[in-house]
Amino acid sequence: MAKVIGKIIIDIEHCKGCELCVESCPHDCISIADTINAKGYQYAIMVNDHCTGCVNCALVCPDAVISVYRKVVREPKPAKIKEVEIS
Amino acid sequence: MSDIEMLEMDDVCIKENEMYYKPSTLTDTPMHYCPGCGHGTAHKVLMEVVEEMGIENDIIGVAPVGCSVFAYHYMNVDMQQAAHGRACAVATGIKRCYPERFVFTYQGDGDLAAIGTAETIHAANRGENILVVFINNGIYGMTSGQMAPTTLPGMVSTTSPFGRDVATMGHPLKISELLAQLPGVAYVTRQSVHEANNVKRTKKAFAKALEYQKRGLGFCLVEIVTNCPSNWKMTPLQSNKFVTDKMIPFYPLGDIKVPEGK
Ligand SMILES: Cc1ncc(C[n+]2csc(CCOP(=O)(O)OP(=O)(O)O)c2C)c(N)n1
Ligand code: SF4
Ligand code: SF4
Ligand code: SF4
Repeated sequence: MAKVIGKIIIDIEHCKGCELCVESCPHDCISIADTINAKGYQYAIMVNDHCTGCVNCALVCPDAVISVYRKVVREPKPAKIKEVEIS
Repeated sequence: MSDIEMLEMDDVCIKENEMYYKPSTLTDTPMHYCPGCGHGTAHKVLMEVVEEMGIENDIIGVAPVGCSVFAYHYMNVDMQQAAHGRACAVATGIKRCYPERFVFTYQGDGDLAAIGTAETIHAANRGENILVVFINNGIYGMTSGQMAPTTLPGMVSTTSPFGRDVATMGHPLKISELLAQLPGVAYVTRQSVHEANNVKRTKKAFAKALEYQKRGLGFCLVEIVTNCPSNWKMTPLQSNKFVTDKMIPFYPLGDIKVPEGK
């Protein structure tokens, strides 16, 4: 089965901690950090790996500080085990 | 982070897997807008469309007076500053000198619907072939939250501290519906940028409007109902909820006028 791996990169120094991305994520992947950036804002951070790369967070971010990547891994793992058996 | 997680990050975060990135048509200058302000989202969406259409060298924008007065610092395209409310008049001049260029204005509700009402209505009535981006946050943002023509009935602002009383202060002006009646106007739509799906629709609206401009169909207006967390005295999330619960029921989203045969 194809597995979708989504990742986001947040430019934390330019994040303003508005939380719009937190609200928009269907998988609760984003939270607000306890620490602050140089501007004094508590910035957004990724807190789990359930991201599917749906881009919701990036669309609503007013400061365009989120980049989103998505990789679909199609190779099923059992195939590797078969290879081992043949050899 | 463990080594495996790091490897995965390097593996996934490569150009070919890119789903979303900041458009090159936005400069690297951080936007000065308050946290969660819809101005940033609106700039971003407009510039994404410009990048995707590949027209960054063929478009000229007109910046307003208001919070978005520095739009020219953020939009990486040719820009001209207009005096308060006069963006449609300036855009008219630019479009007539350079008819082959795309021309847009970006204006707030105080700019477009109060001090600039005359310029806006007459440019629309002349059917000027320009795109007008109208940011409706129901308030004068830059000057600290005075009542605008678009302020909702009962809405508190610094100049209507007990709420807008329509008996003495008049009813909110629905500019989009008003302009849609004019024959020179080709396309009028009202959108928002407070949720991901709305951002996608706004993007389509900008693309359509610029396409109509290319075909010389006339005046196009894209109104964006948005927030002003600072002057509404709300958190960004509360302000977006206000947009959903109060602004959109009064200013319903969707196309108000589309070119004939569309
Ligand atoms: C001729 C003139 N009159 C008044 C002002 C003061 N002024 C600056 S911004 C503004 C209102 C802007 O409100 P809006 O267009 O709604 O934009 P926002 O700040 O909400 O984005 C006013 C009245 C001015 N700069 N110039
Ligand atoms: S939406 Fe953007 S600016 Fe706001 S908290 Fe998320 S990453 Fe930061
Ligand atoms: S891309 Fe989608 S799933 Fe991933 S963090 Fe952003 S909103 Fe959440
Ligand atoms: S004052 Fe309001 S409109 Fe202006 S940047 Fe702040 S939130 Fe946005």
